[in-house]
Amino acid sequence: MSADPAAWPSAAPVSGTELLLWVAVPYACLAVFVVGHVWRYRQDQFGWTSRTSQLLEHRALRWGSPLFHLGAFMVIAGHVVGLAVPASWTRAVGIDEHTYHTTAVWAGSVAGVAMVTGLGMLCARRLLSRRVRLGTDRSDKLLFPLLSATVLLGITATAAHNVFGDGYDYRDTVSVWFRGLFALQPRPEAIAGAPLLFRLHALSACLLFAAWPFTRLVHVWSAPVGYLFRPYLVYRRRGPAPAAPPVGPGARTRRASSRRPV
Amino acid sequence: MPDAEAPVGRVMAQIAMVMNLDKCIGCHTCSVTCKQTWTNRTGVEYAWFNNVETKPGIGYPRRHEDQERWKGGWALDRRGRLVLRSGGRVRRLLSLFSNPDLPGIEDYYEPVTYDYDTLLSAPAGNDVPVARPRSALTGEPTAVTWGANWEDGLGGAPEHAGGDPNLGGAWAERVRFEFEQTFLFHLPRLCEHCLNPACVSACPSGALYKRVEDGIVLVDQDRCRGWRMCVTACPYKKVYVNHATGKAEKCTFCFPRIEAGQPTVCSETCVGRLRYLGLLLYDADRVGEAAATPGEQDLLEAQRGVFLDPSDPRVIAAARRSGIPEDWLEAARRSPVYDLVMRHRVALPLHPEYRTLPMVWYVPPLSPVLDAVDAAGGDQDDPDHVFAAVTRLRIPLEYLASLFTAGDTDVVGGVLMKLTALRSYMRAAALGEAGGEQEAALRAVGLTPSGAEELHRLLAVAKYADRYVVPAAHREDAAALSALENRCPVEGAGEPAGRTVSLGIPTLRRTPSEGPA
Repeated sequence: MSADPAAWPSAAPVSGTELLLWVAVPYACLAVFVVGHVWRYRQDQFGWTSRTSQLLEHRALRWGSPLFHLGAFMVIAGHVVGLAVPASWTRAVGIDEHTYHTTAVWAGSVAGVAMVTGLGMLCARRLLSRRVRLGTDRSDKLLFPLLSATVLLGITATAAHNVFGDGYDYRDTVSVWFRGLFALQPRPEAIAGAPLLFRLHALSACLLFAAWPFTRLVHVWSAPVGYLFRPYLVYRRRGPAPAAPPVGPGARTRRASSRRPV
Repeated sequence: MPDAEAPVGRVMAQIAMVMNLDKCIGCHTCSVTCKQTWTNRTGVEYAWFNNVETKPGIGYPRRHEDQERWKGGWALDRRGRLVLRSGGRVRRLLSLFSNPDLPGIEDYYEPVTYDYDTLLSAPAGNDVPVARPRSALTGEPTAVTWGANWEDGLGGAPEHAGGDPNLGGAWAERVRFEFEQTFLFHLPRLCEHCLNPACVSACPSGALYKRVEDGIVLVDQDRCRGWRMCVTACPYKKVYVNHATGKAEKCTFCFPRIEAGQPTVCSETCVGRLRYLGLLLYDADRVGEAAATPGEQDLLEAQRGVFLDPSDPRVIAAARRSGIPEDWLEAARRSPVYDLVMRHRVALPLHPEYRTLPMVWYVPPLSPVLDAVDAAGGDQDDPDHVFAAVTRLRIPLEYLASLFTAGDTDVVGGVLMKLTALRSYMRAAALGEAGGEQEAALRAVGLTPSGAEELHRLLAVAKYADRYVVPAAHREDAAALSALENRCPVEGAGEPAGRTVSLGIPTLRRTPSEGPA
């Protein structure tokens, strides 16, 4: 059972290390995440891209990239449910612990295996294809190990404790800590007792969020959902509009003056 | 021409090009000067905004005209609506992670550089040092096995040219069988700056756009997120991925020169003087309807129907309402492109069946037909012989038709006959022998003596001022233009320029010891 938030900080005293790891580091990483994104969006539109390398290598990418991305979508959805939704809510809508657990383990395993396989193929092509390797820059050299570590720690933790182990209910510990961060009522003691793999996974995830704005991961925020709704043809004016802009319905215009065309 | 009663909609101006293929000698000067101007940079070593192909041939990238494979351009769905051949919006987003219809670098060619340094640094010895080719992508020694003009002058044609996607049908067998006796011509290609551009329509980020003022299609480098759908959607494969920046790049129609009233670099440096630049006014409201014309062979006329007569008072009034300046209207009236496309109707679009309404048109080459007349023992100078050859010699005619008219041989044949009659008449006129026979030949193809003089001046004399009628951009736009100039589009690859590109751009592909780029 999760403790009453009002009990903190009068609950069991937390050590300085725990405060550092589970309060200071997460908040610092979140701050870097937010400020870094604002800074990069304003400074580096030109570098804001998926940095596609399909032109140079497409055989491994053809399977690896969809596996990784679709797996990642499922994994992210699983984390949202597991971390953001309190156990009491799912119980309230009639999902008992066993059902929740079974579903989470099955769906999580499928998603995790897809993501790990895809990421493995993407890492392999990056290392083995000389063309792709030479196109790898410093941010990729940070991102790929960090992302791989986070994903592997996560799937290992699940496998060790919930697939093959006797089960660990992170919803009463890790999730409580996670929600506490965003409720501005940090609960470092909630995660301090979690198994090592879960704690390492949480820490590497924090670092991943801190690195996010400085890597190609920024392309996530450019997911082109707007394409579904915009007209096919895009017109733009080069300079100041004349008296009557010659564009009507079915097209849209945008000033090009602050853009860099090639 | 729209009929006289139909209302004129939104008038837009397009800077368009016509190439007279009879004059192309395949010297590649246009390609080289374009390369030096725009793509001599890391990441686009393999990209040629302008390239010259030998036809028949499979082209660059290989077999790019095979839309069954590459899914370029538009198609009509079962209900007759215009859809991208590569799939609708949802399908496009689903293929973001891996685009199944994207050419790989091997479909273009592996770009190479040479070990020039060994020419100087090799120790004294008995052997002459050589500069070995190295891959520009990996820096490793490589064999040069393909290039953007590998088939130049039918090089390797017996092996490769049978793969030309335009060689379909029974007549193709004869082309392949008698290859040494057949024909070739050069086809310079660049971005078509289409009225209905598939690349713009396919871009998930909205980074590609068509300029309202002059119709030039550009990529906004700051908005491109590297989804690479434009490469698939362009049926001419004239959008390229810069593999160093991960962004799309394409022919800019040399917009900084056009804005200054100058011709594009490829036009300016064309030694055959075969390119024409000028304005076309068109009715933007009719573009979608024209592109969705059901019959592929009707697309040419449908596209001509979108263009507006710049001398028509109703068009002039509508153009003024749409904000087109007076000097642009004047330039549209003097446009050599309008003359060749609309008045004399000797220029044809490249692959109208792609439904993008391309805006680089071609005067089809008469030379292959004349060669055939000679080979058959006929007289090139006799219009009767040539007319007979045009209709009888199915090989070049059907081939040209598959390039320029979606297979309609009557249209291509008509243009070739017009060119033949023009030659015959002007030769006779120059010798003072022009008589009723030549004038009758002219009338048969819809030309008058004065029209023939005019067309001759445009096609054969081809003065600089007649070929290029490019109105400069307007001074009231000067602030916007200088803002563009300050953002030189060829900066990149980590070079310090006005502002720093802080992240994510590899600057080095080879170690310095491996030779200059």
